[in-house]
Amino acid sequence: MSGRPLLATRKETTGTRNGRRLDLLREMTRIRVFEERCVELYSATKIRGFLHVAIGEEAVAAGVCGLLEDDDAVVSTYREHGHALARGVPMDSVMAEMYGKVTGCSRGRGGSMHLFDASRRFYGGNAIVGGGLPPAVGLALADRMRSRRRATVCFFGDGAFAEGEFHESLNLAALWHLPVLFACENNLYAMGTALAKSHAQTDLALRAASYGVASWTVDGMDVLAVEEATARALERIRNGGGPVFLELRTYRFRAHSMFDPDRYRDKAEVAAWRERDPLELLARRMREDGELTDADREVLVAEATAEVDAAVRFAEESPLEDVDELTRFVYSDPAEV
Amino acid sequence: MPSLGADMDAGTLVEWLVRAGDTVHRGDPMAVVDTDKSAIEVESFDDGVVEALLVEPGTRVAVGTPLARLVAVGMTVAAPEQSAAPAAASRPAPSPGQVVVPAPSPGPVVVPVGGRPGGRVSPYARRLARELGVDLDRVSGSGADGAVHAEDVLAARATTTEQVPDSPAVEEPVALESSAPPARSARSARRETIAALMSRAKREIPHYYVATTVDLHALTEWLRRTNRERSVAERIVPAAAVLKAAALAARRHPGLNGFWVDDAFVPAPEVHLGVAVHVRDGALVAPAIHRTADLSLPEVMAALRDLVSRARAGRLRRAEMADPTLTVTDLGDQGVEEVIGVIYPPQVALLGVGRVVERPWAVDGLLGVRPTVRLTLSGDHRATDGATGARFLTTLDELLQHPEEL
Amino acid sequence: MTTAPVTTTETTYREALREALREALREDDRVFLMGEDVGSYGGCFAVTLGLLEEFGPERVRDTPLSESTFVGAGIGAALGGMRPIVEIMTVNFSMLALDQILNNAATLLHMSGGQLNVPLVIRMTTGAGRQLAAQHSHSLEGWYAHIPGLKVIAPATLEDARGMLWTALQDPDPVLLFEHGSLYNMSGALATGAGHVDIQRAAVRRPGRDLTLVSYGGSLSTSMTAADELSAGGIEVEVIDLRVLRPLDDATIMESVRRTHRAVVVDEGWRSGSLAAEVSARITEQCFFELDAPVERVCSAEVPMPYAKHLEEAALPQVATVVAAARKVVS
Repeated sequence: MSGRPLLATRKETTGTRNGRRLDLLREMTRIRVFEERCVELYSATKIRGFLHVAIGEEAVAAGVCGLLEDDDAVVSTYREHGHALARGVPMDSVMAEMYGKVTGCSRGRGGSMHLFDASRRFYGGNAIVGGGLPPAVGLALADRMRSRRRATVCFFGDGAFAEGEFHESLNLAALWHLPVLFACENNLYAMGTALAKSHAQTDLALRAASYGVASWTVDGMDVLAVEEATARALERIRNGGGPVFLELRTYRFRAHSMFDPDRYRDKAEVAAWRERDPLELLARRMREDGELTDADREVLVAEATAEVDAAVRFAEESPLEDVDELTRFVYSDPAEV
Repeated sequence: MPSLGADMDAGTLVEWLVRAGDTVHRGDPMAVVDTDKSAIEVESFDDGVVEALLVEPGTRVAVGTPLARLVAVGMTVAAPEQSAAPAAASRPAPSPGQVVVPAPSPGPVVVPVGGRPGGRVSPYARRLARELGVDLDRVSGSGADGAVHAEDVLAARATTTEQVPDSPAVEEPVALESSAPPARSARSARRETIAALMSRAKREIPHYYVATTVDLHALTEWLRRTNRERSVAERIVPAAAVLKAAALAARRHPGLNGFWVDDAFVPAPEVHLGVAVHVRDGALVAPAIHRTADLSLPEVMAALRDLVSRARAGRLRRAEMADPTLTVTDLGDQGVEEVIGVIYPPQVALLGVGRVVERPWAVDGLLGVRPTVRLTLSGDHRATDGATGARFLTTLDELLQHPEEL
Repeated sequence: MTTAPVTTTETTYREALREALREALREDDRVFLMGEDVGSYGGCFAVTLGLLEEFGPERVRDTPLSESTFVGAGIGAALGGMRPIVEIMTVNFSMLALDQILNNAATLLHMSGGQLNVPLVIRMTTGAGRQLAAQHSHSLEGWYAHIPGLKVIAPATLEDARGMLWTALQDPDPVLLFEHGSLYNMSGALATGAGHVDIQRAAVRRPGRDLTLVSYGGSLSTSMTAADELSAGGIEVEVIDLRVLRPLDDATIMESVRRTHRAVVVDEGWRSGSLAAEVSARITEQCFFELDAPVERVCSAEVPMPYAKHLEEAALPQVATVVAAARKVVS
């Protein structure tokens, strides 16, 4: 599979600053190229259902997931392609899932919004806003009760701040000192509703802090900043310091979903955020530091494109699930359907 | 042979309206069947191709006997059974892919004019009867509404096994025992049915009667004026207006529109006026004009014309026979001035209409000559009181004074 | 199972549940208990009384009043290898956790293509009869029985109160255990060695030839009393305790109905769209040609449960209404 070797490559090169930065750029490029292809495939009706891409938010996925150990857990949202890829879920199986194929990472039962990979402790793909937080708290509770030195990362958006489950979960995690990293991707819009239109207090870190959770605000477009904050958070969590909340200020360049005409955002605002494209931001810095040439970037894009091409080929050629298997996986014992 | 009334247990196939090989659709008339009351068109309940006609015209068969076999469209048509016995043939078991039409089970389920409301058979009783060879038509039900339960089948088997060991079809209708000659004419069979029904009505229904004379001046004037604009075929007779007005009045007095079932009145959701029609051989039928109150006056007129002509031609449809909620008997064309009628069970009222007669009539203190009609309501005193009947007639009178609103 | 002579102990439904919890906590260190007031308070209905003292606060965890999150945390902990038992005070409160129960517990296994099973047990109190009015009295287990992916069980006897929990904990999938509030004080003799029971089959609680009464949970005792009364009048009623509301044990129900040819379903849930409707429909689907009368249902009146005693009683299935329905079916 094509996903794992990259993770391995990254670890090999982590020793040097140059290698580390290149890995992050490579991961973000991978996610970007993958998602751009998804949009194209959606338009060509190869991918159906709801498709939410995170183009513009790649720094969060790459910066957070890159630091996780194999036995850490990730709970994500319905905008989770990047999280899954950065976590090491093979691109082939992610693309096959988008195609609804049996080789997909959820055997065609989940689709874009419900990517799962138990072997990588990637717990999905939760399409109920806020719904992933309580299970993340529970995963961390199990680790604490078993005295395991693991962390659980829970991704969610600013929209989850309006849900009771967010407040309940932060309280419980803080109360029980649970090893959870609450990674809030604040992209300023809950679907089409601006943060300021639905929240009286828009300083999210301030609100999270009120539960007794260590809370920091981070530039979510700067992958190096994301990575640095995550490193500090994980250290604290693994050392028994209780949960940490990161507000990762980011922006999605495309609309909420493929159905969204994006009427609620000012074009100038989108353009301004595009100026802070996380890929360009990192590439520019690396160029300035003499770590990257245009040719290097082309190689990165070509590599990613080749990987995506292969994933599409894999998805196209994969079989569909047998309809006789329709009711499988409702209960663990197939006789109980 | 479909059950076209709760009191019907056999019928005569008069005429086939389809041939083997014809494609029929749900609702298409397939055959004409003579019951003891009337000749009625039998419709198909399925789409399909007629594979075989199983009963020859002129044959009398028991309710439940398959008349024809349909196969679903697109299915291979099996070789027709040339040897299919027409009449008292044992009921062939339908094989997969075949639809036996129309073949309601022996237990009648419709609640028709004059039918007893019971006649239900539990599925288990039905199965038992089939297994034990018990004829359900001979089983009297002990359950609520006279429903037949398993124990009734078992009891019936215990009492009848010696006498009728093997009787696949019932030839004789259940009728008055005093008059059952071996071979009776259709006419006498029909008379017996009417006799049984009317005896039951007079025996069970405590009738009351209220009557009034209605000034038809406004109606006849309006009809004279409006009929000038209508073609001869479309002209409206006063009887049609009385029908429409009666339907509207029945809607305003729902206590008269419905059925007496299980010692209780069950109002009917729609007004389907039954129209008593005398047909050949002295028979009497009262088919329904469906949703009479919702029809325009010209539509009522057209429906009335159509119904009478089809009744006399013996071409009534099953639903028309089964559905009346209140019956109107108009004997004006027979010359009488007043009709005091007998209610059709399980209905609870009957409107009698006499001849339109010119009478001296006082209006605003002045005497003049006006066309009038005598309307008499027969009511079931179990369901309503005379006051309800009186209010109905008053409403009817008021409606007839404003014919343009009918 | 055992060759020892059967001795019995006088116990209550509450104590039987507690003993089952105690056994689970003692025998499996992955098991822990979590819910509102399960610890210091001893449980709203005193089921968990004494367990905090015995097993400590790590394994008997009082939670904030955050139904959605502590149920969701139970799901996460189950995914993380634990065997949580979550208590929700009443089924009405479980509505606050419905997102987690329906959207996560019941769906994760399927949605993940078979990768993530959720071995979670959720206990909750259900039912009326204690004048607790319209937010503490409803019988909504039928709703949960609608959901594929869940197992729903309803112990109605001391044996089941004692024995179902352990079996539920061995199940790889989420199990919801409904305890009818009027049963906690039910007392009786329980075999000293009483232990684990299956959570697959319905049970015939009383044999009879004339009529099948299908019931469960709090309605079982009503049905048994009605059966006694009917027996005195010469009608022999077979009483079936469903025990498992999902998946339903069709075989036991149909085997009985094929013998008696008549069925009445007693269900404290509301009639419309009820579990009773499901049972009735299945009987009609599978036993139509065996039925000698229409299937009857005795359910709660379609009102939010009122407070006043006489109104509450009028709203609930009573012995008299069950008897009347049975007589109607048999007449």
